[in-house]
Amino acid sequence: MFHSLGRYLLLLRLSFRKPEKFSVYWAEVMREMVSEGIGSLGIIVIISLFIGAVATIQTAFQLVSDFIPKTVVGGITRDSTILEFSPTICALVLAGRIGSSIASQIGTMRVTEQIDALEIMGVNAPGFLIAPKIISGITMIPVLVVVSVILGLSGGYLACAASKEVSTADYLAGLTDGFNPLIVTVCAVKSIVFGFLINSICAYQGFYTAGGALEVGQAATRGVVYSCIMILFADLVISRVLL
Amino acid sequence: MIETKEIVKTFGENEVLKGISAEFKPGKNNLIIGGSGSGKTTLLKCIVGLHEPTKGDVFFDGANFTDMHFRERVPIRKEIGMLFQNSALFDSMSVEENIMFPLNLFTDMSKSEKQDRANFCLKRVNLEGKGKLHPSELSGGMKKRVGIARAISMQPKYLFVDEPNSGLDPLTSILIDHLISDLTQEYNTTTVVVTHDMNSVMGIGDHIIFLHDGQKWWEGSNKEITHTDNQQLNEFVFASPFMKAAREKL
Repeated sequence: MFHSLGRYLLLLRLSFRKPEKFSVYWAEVMREMVSEGIGSLGIIVIISLFIGAVATIQTAFQLVSDFIPKTVVGGITRDSTILEFSPTICALVLAGRIGSSIASQIGTMRVTEQIDALEIMGVNAPGFLIAPKIISGITMIPVLVVVSVILGLSGGYLACAASKEVSTADYLAGLTDGFNPLIVTVCAVKSIVFGFLINSICAYQGFYTAGGALEVGQAATRGVVYSCIMILFADLVISRVLL
Repeated sequence: MIETKEIVKTFGENEVLKGISAEFKPGKNNLIIGGSGSGKTTLLKCIVGLHEPTKGDVFFDGANFTDMHFRERVPIRKEIGMLFQNSALFDSMSVEENIMFPLNLFTDMSKSEKQDRANFCLKRVNLEGKGKLHPSELSGGMKKRVGIARAISMQPKYLFVDEPNSGLDPLTSILIDHLISDLTQEYNTTTVVVTHDMNSVMGIGDHIIFLHDGQKWWEGSNKEITHTDNQQLNEFVFASPFMKAAREKL
């Protein structure tokens, strides 16, 4: 375990060495941002709408009492969406979508000697392959989480409009009642940390792949599993420290 | 000139190279031959720095490459071109982007100059007009030629080739061999080819090193190889009935 941790940290250090040519690396960062950001938008839209709607319906179901104002449903949906559902569930889904792609892409490059070819040319392979992915992850995943929060809350609105258990006016009032800006900070911190974990862990698994197609598949699986575990662990630590 | 001195490479308990010293001269096709598992590719990887030798040194024109750090190696690496066994073309890039990749990173050439250079390299390997294709659209022989085009894009001083004929038909193999040989003459490169293909050995082997069990067993030219009394080398060279018949006629 300590051997792997040390190797992971050394790989991160190598990844952030001074680039050979900034413009080439910048082009890679842009390419990764399009791939991770635009490429993941579809799945984020779908899961966010459903999560928001389900959270609203279930909260309304649990708060059936004349003593509890209906606006509470909006408040609870807002807090749970911003604090947990959007950053964490999006990160878990993105670990599957982006993480497996990163690990298998870099792993395939390793077993087909493309990484050796980069090294022979004098290119810092970790810097060229991993740094743009990490930069893309810590910028695009927060953007996706913002989209997810907006769509999650919109999903809740649509659920209210459809079910009539809570009026849309109560729901909207609840969204603004007792808003604490700290939850936005927590959400931002979580999404940046999760973006870093997904990209760096999966890139690490891919970079040290040895063997053939079977090992590339195993590296992708390991990358996703370890990313998910670390996301949940980081979620706990950030929540404990910041809230 | 490239020189290796007493190269030893071990993987765990397994000693793959057992103290190999050799010289590879410019303008010559230097071939490293030997059976599977003899250490040919490991020696090549030690020379180019993909493996660090356990003991021994590699010198590029007198400079000790083994002792250098990553940054110190970059100027030498810029003078190295390498063709890998499976070509190792970047899948996400087109053929011309593959060729222009080192130019983008290490030169200040304008876009049109890089395009001209890529076109020249493609023409040199007889692949004019194929620049927009992606590696997945190419045959094995075409991939090898694109690999060579990428390797020569920076006008290398040292050219390394790992199993250039693997997976190719005899005609394409001969074409690749001649291309490597012509480029060696044209640019006066120090060319090191790892192969176990006897057509390559007889066709372009100016200087041949035979490895067996991690050791250098024989050194000479393709003219000398048929007259050697080295038993291991004879078993390797004349393993096929065709070569046996050829020897009887010599």
